[in-house]
Amino acid sequence: MTPKISFRDVVKSFPVKGGSFTALNGASLDIADEEFVTVVGPSGCGKSTLLSMAAGLVEPTAGEVLVDGEHVRGPGPDRGVIFQQYALFPWLTVRKNVEFGLRLADLPPGERTRRAEHAIELVGLTEFADALPKTLSGGMKQRCAIARAYAVDPAVLLMDEPFGALDALTRVQLQDQLLRTWSQDRRTVLFITHDVDEAVYLARRVVVMAARPGRIHTVIDVDLPYPRTEEIRLSPEFGRIRNEVWHSVYHQAAPLPT
Amino acid sequence: MSVVSVPEQTAAQPGAARRTGRRPVRTLALNIAAVLIGLAAWSLLSVVGVQGLPGPLTVAERAGELIADGTLATDVLASLRRVLLGFVLGTALAVPVGFLMGWYTTARGLLEPYVQFFRTIPPLAIIPLAIVLLGIGEVPKVFVIFLAAFLSSVVAAFQGVVDVDRTLINAARVLGASDRTIFAKVVVPASLPFILVGMRIGLGSAWGTLVAAELIAAQEGLGFRMQQAQLYYDLPTIFVGLISIGVLGLAMDRLLLFAGRRLTSWQETR
Ligand SMILES: Nc1ncnc2c1ncn2[C@@H]1O[C@H](COP(=O)(O)OP(=O)(O)OP(=O)(O)O)[C@@H](O)[C@H]1O
Ligand SMILES: [Mg+2]
Repeated sequence: MTPKISFRDVVKSFPVKGGSFTALNGASLDIADEEFVTVVGPSGCGKSTLLSMAAGLVEPTAGEVLVDGEHVRGPGPDRGVIFQQYALFPWLTVRKNVEFGLRLADLPPGERTRRAEHAIELVGLTEFADALPKTLSGGMKQRCAIARAYAVDPAVLLMDEPFGALDALTRVQLQDQLLRTWSQDRRTVLFITHDVDEAVYLARRVVVMAARPGRIHTVIDVDLPYPRTEEIRLSPEFGRIRNEVWHSVYHQAAPLPT
Repeated sequence: MSVVSVPEQTAAQPGAARRTGRRPVRTLALNIAAVLIGLAAWSLLSVVGVQGLPGPLTVAERAGELIADGTLATDVLASLRRVLLGFVLGTALAVPVGFLMGWYTTARGLLEPYVQFFRTIPPLAIIPLAIVLLGIGEVPKVFVIFLAAFLSSVVAAFQGVVDVDRTLINAARVLGASDRTIFAKVVVPASLPFILVGMRIGLGSAWGTLVAAELIAAQEGLGFRMQQAQLYYDLPTIFVGLISIGVLGLAMDRLLLFAGRRLTSWQETR
């Protein structure tokens, strides 16, 4: 079976003054259809770069990025992206933000409204559907961004530290909600985080990256059943995997000489 | 409020955080006091001090006369027509040109030298050239005002496009937006605050260029009237002209500011 997303020996370097900077040095990873994969790693190790290439916003310098076995050529509504910064359109209300992608998809107005309402309800923003982003809290903005991505019903969700700026309570609520919708719709999810607990709690596999040069350090399987619950979070097995991930993030072998 | 799964009441306090332009009464009182003190000082100066300086009452009398015989209305209308025509044409051209410069690097490369060069020339310095090339009718007057408005708002529109948040553009792209849609649905609204600032600056320079533009053989207009008055040493008329220009300029600026606030009320700050 062809993987949903596949990175093959992907290299990404950026031109900097006096040469080029290698952000990602030969990353290979296959993500199966309907799989939930999280990515952890130190700041600047190329997590966002990896995700942007799957999104089609950044082109690899070498190697290839495939979605459904085809070369990624630019972004498309089949891959929803939730950005590290919320990236809401500040001049549009929550509803209009969520409808943005639906309008582009040329849906009949009735269907558009229905799907927007559904997505807004899913993230619990119904009461704030007509509010402007500036009146929302950080967590509400993030939920609006999630609803906007959900609404177009993409086969792949690319999420870049979506819960990074949230308080612990909202974060746990959104994690559970994300897992709930994922188990209903079974999208393929690539989820970046710097929170090891979150990485293990959500994923079937955790990709640990290393910096200088940015690369995939190791991939750790999470053999825990879904649905994930509070019980699982407190189980010894969870703790063991968590420690393993923690260890490979923070006790990585010395960086390769560049 | 019905049951909501996440505690959000803390976050959304409509109105509480909004700092609308409601000025405290104290500031307003101080403003009025300042105006009254100014008028008093002016009266005093005209009574004791400066030779030939008309007092506020004399000026008000003259204003009354000019209103009664319709001169003021004619002049104001003539001046406003020139300013508005020049301003509207100037900004109408500045916005698309600024957008072109911000969006296409080719357009920027081609246009920027001209814009930057002409920006350093005060529009008034164009007057001799405008007279030679365009004669002494309405055209050169409107042209100079147009140039002033255009040059000050084109840079703002350009800067607005350049400064549009990349993530917003990417957010639209991943939702499937084409370049054209991104331009219309993201770049235009995102740069609107800049454009409005540019328009205010443009209006300011248009208005500032008016009097000089009306020195070009005008038959009516505030600038023309003041120049006539200067020939006859008619200070009260000059004062009426000055005050009219100030009041009208202020009114138009406030109007634009108010319209701008309404249009960009979605902004986080202010
Ligand atoms: N456009 C660019 N030009 C130059 N360097 C870049 C560019 N984008 C990213 N980089 C560099 O590539 C490296 C990886 O960046 P990336 O944003 O992918 O890191 P990250 O793992 O997402 O970090 P964080 O956890 O802080 O978000 C960084 O060192 C960054 O400086
Ligand atoms: Mg990042």
